[in-house]
Amino acid sequence: MANSTTEKSKAVPAAPITAISVLAPAVGWLIPGAGHMIQKRWIRGALLFISIMTLFLLGLAMQGRIYRANGGDILDILGFIGDVGAGALYMLSVANDWGQGAIAFATADYGTKFMIVAGLLNFIAMADAYHIAIGKKK
Amino acid sequence: MTIALNHFSAAFVFALFASIVFGITHRDTVREMVRYGAYCFVLFLGGVLVAGWAMWLLRR
Repeated sequence: MANSTTEKSKAVPAAPITAISVLAPAVGWLIPGAGHMIQKRWIRGALLFISIMTLFLLGLAMQGRIYRANGGDILDILGFIGDVGAGALYMLSVANDWGQGAIAFATADYGTKFMIVAGLLNFIAMADAYHIAIGKKK
Repeated sequence: MTIALNHFSAAFVFALFASIVFGITHRDTVREMVRYGAYCFVLFLGGVLVAGWAMWLLRR
């Protein structure tokens, strides 16, 4: 059993670290979809950009809450991790103190979740950009 | 600017954009992306409708 595991790990060579394999996820985190665009996947990048941006901006417009770095409640920490995935949008929101209002209506909580999901979807998009960069995905 | 979506609209918007991202990131060819995105969208929205009706039945 141990041998088969060792053989499997030997069979898959480690992806070489190239400039694009570092740059694509980094740029993709900062601007959703940009990791695909710098690899000339224009339509995919544009769709990711529109989808993630729209979810995040709708969340803000719905009076959702932005989580800041904190060491308190576990759900607040997870909320922060989700939000921070949105990259520049998150930084812009924190810098302008957006998303800090009191939740005034029931569906405002959806706004909070929209922004967390936008960040988490951007993490997935970053991983996809990385896989394209290392040639794992066509 | 404040937008107040109702529950179904919020679920629809969420399902639409999450499905687009899932489709693009989880499949390799364009055809598969469209099919998988549509599949996710139907599951998201279908799940909401089923859960909604289930809660309505439970309440009665």
